[in-house]
Order: sequence, then structure tokens, then C-alpha cells
Amino acid sequence: MAYNLKEIMATKPSRFTAGHRMCAGCGAPVVGRTVLRALKNEDHAVVSCATGCMEVSTFIYPYTSWTDSFIHTAFECAAANSAGAEAAYKALKKQGKIPQDQNTKFIAFGGDGGTYDIGLQSLSGAMERGHDMVYVCYDNGAYMNTGIQRSSATPKFADTTTSPAGKVIPGKMQSRKDLTQIMVGHHLPYVAQSIAINNFKDLYEKSEKAIYTQGPAFLNVLAPCPRGWGYPTDMLMEINKLAVETCYWPLYEVIDGKYHITYKPTNKKPIEEFLKPQRRFKHMFQPGNEWMIEEFQKEVDKRWQELLDLEEITNKSTEE
Amino acid sequence: MGIRERLSGNEAAAIAMKQINPDVVAAFPITPSTEIPQYFSTFVSNGQVDTEFVAVESEHSAMTACIGAEAAGARAMTATSANGLSLMWEQIYIASSLRLPIVMSLVNRAVSGPLNIHNDHSDAMGVRDSGWIMLFSENNQEAYDNLLMAHKIAENKDVQLPLMVCQDGFITSHSIENIELLEDDKVKSFVGTYKPEHYLLNKEEPIAIGPLDLQAYLFEHKYQQAEGMRNAKKVIAEVSKEFEELTGRKYSFFEEYKLDDAEIAIVCMNSTAGTTKYVVDQLRKNGIKAGLLKIRMFRPFPTEEIAKALSHLKAVAVLDKADSLNGAGGALFEDVTSSMFVNKVQVPVVNYIYGIGGRDTTSKDIESVYNDLAKIADNGGTDDFYRYLGVRK
Repeated sequence: MAYNLKEIMATKPSRFTAGHRMCAGCGAPVVGRTVLRALKNEDHAVVSCATGCMEVSTFIYPYTSWTDSFIHTAFECAAANSAGAEAAYKALKKQGKIPQDQNTKFIAFGGDGGTYDIGLQSLSGAMERGHDMVYVCYDNGAYMNTGIQRSSATPKFADTTTSPAGKVIPGKMQSRKDLTQIMVGHHLPYVAQSIAINNFKDLYEKSEKAIYTQGPAFLNVLAPCPRGWGYPTDMLMEINKLAVETCYWPLYEVIDGKYHITYKPTNKKPIEEFLKPQRRFKHMFQPGNEWMIEEFQKEVDKRWQELLDLEEITNKSTEE
Repeated sequence: MGIRERLSGNEAAAIAMKQINPDVVAAFPITPSTEIPQYFSTFVSNGQVDTEFVAVESEHSAMTACIGAEAAGARAMTATSANGLSLMWEQIYIASSLRLPIVMSLVNRAVSGPLNIHNDHSDAMGVRDSGWIMLFSENNQEAYDNLLMAHKIAENKDVQLPLMVCQDGFITSHSIENIELLEDDKVKSFVGTYKPEHYLLNKEEPIAIGPLDLQAYLFEHKYQQAEGMRNAKKVIAEVSKEFEELTGRKYSFFEEYKLDDAEIAIVCMNSTAGTTKYVVDQLRKNGIKAGLLKIRMFRPFPTEEIAKALSHLKAVAVLDKADSLNGAGGALFEDVTSSMFVNKVQVPVVNYIYGIGGRDTTSKDIESVYNDLAKIADNGGTDDFYRYLGVRK
């Protein structure tokens, strides 16, 4: 059945309710809501969340935006919380202590801080052990909750409060870690990179696959932050689109090791179009800093080409 | 009438876990507790338990997975030592604040640094105010018995707090001694099934756990946690009574060994109590009225009862197997002396830091403490109350 947002919204009420305190123009709530909408109505979820914007803005005692079961403990361990709950589910189901017809899914959310950095070990461990769960990283490219500090997901040259663009050092001097590839290296049944564009089709469909794939699955979803990136709050969906059209954030999935790029722009846009509307890259547009844009473009091109190559190689080898 | 066996302390802990048959065990190896998850994973591999064993990648994840499992509605257990507990530290506090009755075997070992794998109590002392019930065990039998009682205490509605059973690394964890085990069915009916009121896997009642808890509520939640700890005292007494009826083995908040008519006494925890009992017997032969107070229930701390039990003495020595590096004395010393003070018990008390990093504590060392106490009793007190036993200065 073809994807139809209107129909989905009519038949699947949001499991992430309004009234949360995330900022206007933030990409993360869109991710949370879309991922949870991919659950079948009759299924139940145990959501685990790392400390971060998404947690502190959605579950302030005594209020919660989560209609499913939810647990938060700390910053670096959303994956291990899910893993423990999933192990409990297996044990209790085996012993007949929960109804046999109950179908509970385990979904963890973490920002790039809680996923790329402090939570990487917990994530890697849970994925390697093969828990039947989905880990969703909403990547906003810095530690936004504590006030925009650089993370290993922060793109090169970005101005953050711990990699400020100064007179001598022009922002973050290191390239962005490629976490999606690291997760592919775990040989998971399902890994995907997504974003909320085009009526959320890509994100919804990948979430559905991730949730209903037996075993561990990982979704890396770019989730822009108006405070940290410095774009007008009404520009969220446009920024998302530019991230994809410039190939800064390619959309792809890796199913049992086989790469599939789910969207290839016909005319790849120059990276300036993505960088320009963002305050964090403002200094790159000052006269004399053209080299920074050039370098950024080269890096984007290199990574895109690598992805194209991987798609070709992995599909070729399995055809033989 | 029980099963007579010979087991190490770690084996005893693992067998207790097998008989308890928890739903989830998540653990990471660390000396000297490694054997517990090792033995336990054999029970899992051989289908002797219903447990899901989660071989996590760190102790932080061990405690986190236990939290996830217990919150989901399962009985979760783990085991660790020293730096393993240090790595769990963040989650240790979270486990108790979420009121999750997780049960842990803590095989006591010196916390780094420098690195040392042998016994002292610095690991346990680091979490003494984290909201975990802490029971100490002199030998394999007590480690086993305390574990069998653990869930009934921790899961009690008036308590709902995690619990750790401590025993001394290597000294009891790796020494094989006689032990009397209960039959599996008796353990099963004694421990009972876990029926949490609210849990994540209850599809009919979704709940949210672990909020951002700000100025308007955190204080009350912490007060409730403290109430749970205060309530634990009564529950521990009740469960110990029930256990005594089942096994004939009597457990109190602390053991008083020849303390009634004693004039001088040592207060200590875990295996050192065994050595001390031997010394007390020897001294008694020479007419010296020595006694021992061995703490079993360290958290909650039985302040009134301890003050009362020590009130008739002429001098008391508190033995701390961890230095607090605070310029004031060990943790047990501070708890005992403040208990005495607030209960208006005025007896000269001295503190000995001993056995650090597995330094052997012999009967001669213990005897020297009693000799010191005899002098203090005669002199009516001392200013030199912060002492060391067996250190080269």
C-alpha cells in the first residue's frame, strides 16, 4: 500500500502528545512522533530515552508526553535500559508471566551526545548482543541541551560554545564521525539514515522496517536545532530538504549488509545552500574563508561517492 | 533438614541465585566476583534457570540493564566488586531513586588506586548513602542466607529499595567452607513470586519512569526514599524471623558475641568477625571480658540498638576496613560514635583502620586491639582515637 500521510494521521493517533516543551522549529519531536507512528496500533512500546533535550522537555514530573511505557535513567545508557527491558520481556514471556498475544517493541532515543559520544559503548554493546530493539539517534550535531557544545557529530568548522569561531581557530577543526557506518560495522539486520522530509515518508517507512525487523536495528536521523544551528524556526522542513539535496545527509539503508540509497538527487545542490541559512557557519562566508566552503564541499562529495561505491559493491557481491 | 555442602562464598552466592531463579541477570566480570556470573551462566546454558543472562559490555550497563529489567517487571540480579561498583555509581543512585528492588552480590575489594584486587571495604563505603540496603556477611553461609532473604526485604511495599549482600573478596569468596543449603522448593516458596504494582511491560497501564524532577517535587521523592529505608528496619527483622523459623538460623541487625557481660568490645563487619570471635574465646580463657558486635545490617544503620548494646562497656574499638581520608575517621566509626552520642551513651571509642588492600589481619592484630582497649578502659579514655592496625608508618 502506497504511503499516505493523511490516512496514517487519521488511523494512527500520535503516541507522542502535544504540550511538550521542545523548541519551535526543533527537528527532534517530529522524529519521535513519526517513529512511534510506525508502530502498529495494537502494539505496545517500551520507550527508553537518554538524558537530553528530548527527555527533559517531554517528561517533567508529573507530566509526560509519552503514551507508551517510558523509561529514562541517564545520559549514556538508553540502549542498556532498552536491553534490560527487552531481556525482561523475553524472560517473562517465556514463563507465561505476560500475555502471549502481547506484542511489545523496544525503542530507544538519544541525541548525538548520548549516542555518538558518551553513549557509544552502551549502544555498541546492546547492538552486538542482538537485543530485539531499535535505537534512534536524533542527531542535531552538538550537545544542545547543555547549550550548544561540540560533539563528534558536529560538522567541521561549525561554531559551537566549545569550538567557537575565533580569531585564530575558525570553529570546530575536526570532521564529523560517521556513526551510521560504525553501526553498519556491527553487521545488524537493519541500519538506516533518514530525515523528516516529503510528508515524512522516508522516516516513517524506515521506522516501520526498523521496528518490525527481528533483532537490533539502528536509525540515524538528522534533527536540526534552531538554537544551535541558527535558522528561523519556520525553516525546519526547508533545512531538512537542503541537507538531503546537497548530499550532506544522504538517505540510505543497509539491510543485511546491502546498501540501498533511498534518494539520489538529480541535481546535487552546492553545499553553500545548506550552510548559508545557518548562523553556525556564518564565518565561512566571510571574505578570505572561501577555502572552508571548498573543503566542506570536498568532504561531502567524498562521502557521497563512498556511499555510491558501497551501494555498488555490496549489491554486486550478493548477485554473484 | 537442609543440604550439607562445601562451597566457596562465590559458589554459595551463585547457588542462591540459581534457587531464587531471577528473570534477568546482567553482569560484567571483575575480580573477585567474576565467578558468580560464571557459575550462573552455566546454570543458564544448562537450562537450570529461567533467567535471561545479559553479558553486558560494562558494569555501567550491568546496572542499567538491571534497572531496565526490574522496571519492566522482572526480578533482576547482578554481582560486582570494587571498580565495577565505581563504574555503576551513577546508576546505583538511580536504581534506588526509582525504587527498584534489584539485588546485588558485592564481593568487597579495594577500589583503585593504585590497582589492587584484594579485600577491603572501600567499594561498599563509597555507596553507603546511595539508598541501597546493605547486608554484610561473615562467611559463605551468611552470604547465602542474606541473599535468600534479600528479595523479600527489598520488594516489600513499605521498602521498595535495592539491596546488596556484601562478603569479603577472596577471604570468603574463594574459601571453601561447610555450608547448609535449603532445598530448592523451600527457597522458591520462601522467596515467592515478584508481583510489582506498576511496571513497564503492563500494556494495560503504560507508565513513565525517571522524569526530570525539579524543585517542586524532588524533595518529597527523596523523603519517601528515606522513609523506605527507615521502614526497611522493621521488614528486615520480620523477614529474618521468618527465615529463622524455616532454617533455625537466627539473624539480627547485628550479632552480639559474648557482649552481654563484656567490658571491652570490637565492632566490625564481614570476615574479620570470625577472627575476632576466636580471639574473644582465647581472651575469655584468661579472664578478660572481651566481646564483639558484628554488624550485619549496615544500611539502614541500627543507631539506637547499637548504642544500647555498647552502653555498658568500658571501651570500644570500631574497625574500619576502609579509610575515609577525611581526617576524622572511618565510616563505621562515625556511624557508631554518632549513634552513641545522640543516644547519650558515653563510652570511650577508638577507631582502627585495618586490612587495607587485603593486608592480612591476624589474631595477634586483633589481640593487640583488645590490649589497647584494656588500657583505655583503665585510663578512662584517650585523645588518640584515629588509629591504624598493621600499617608501616
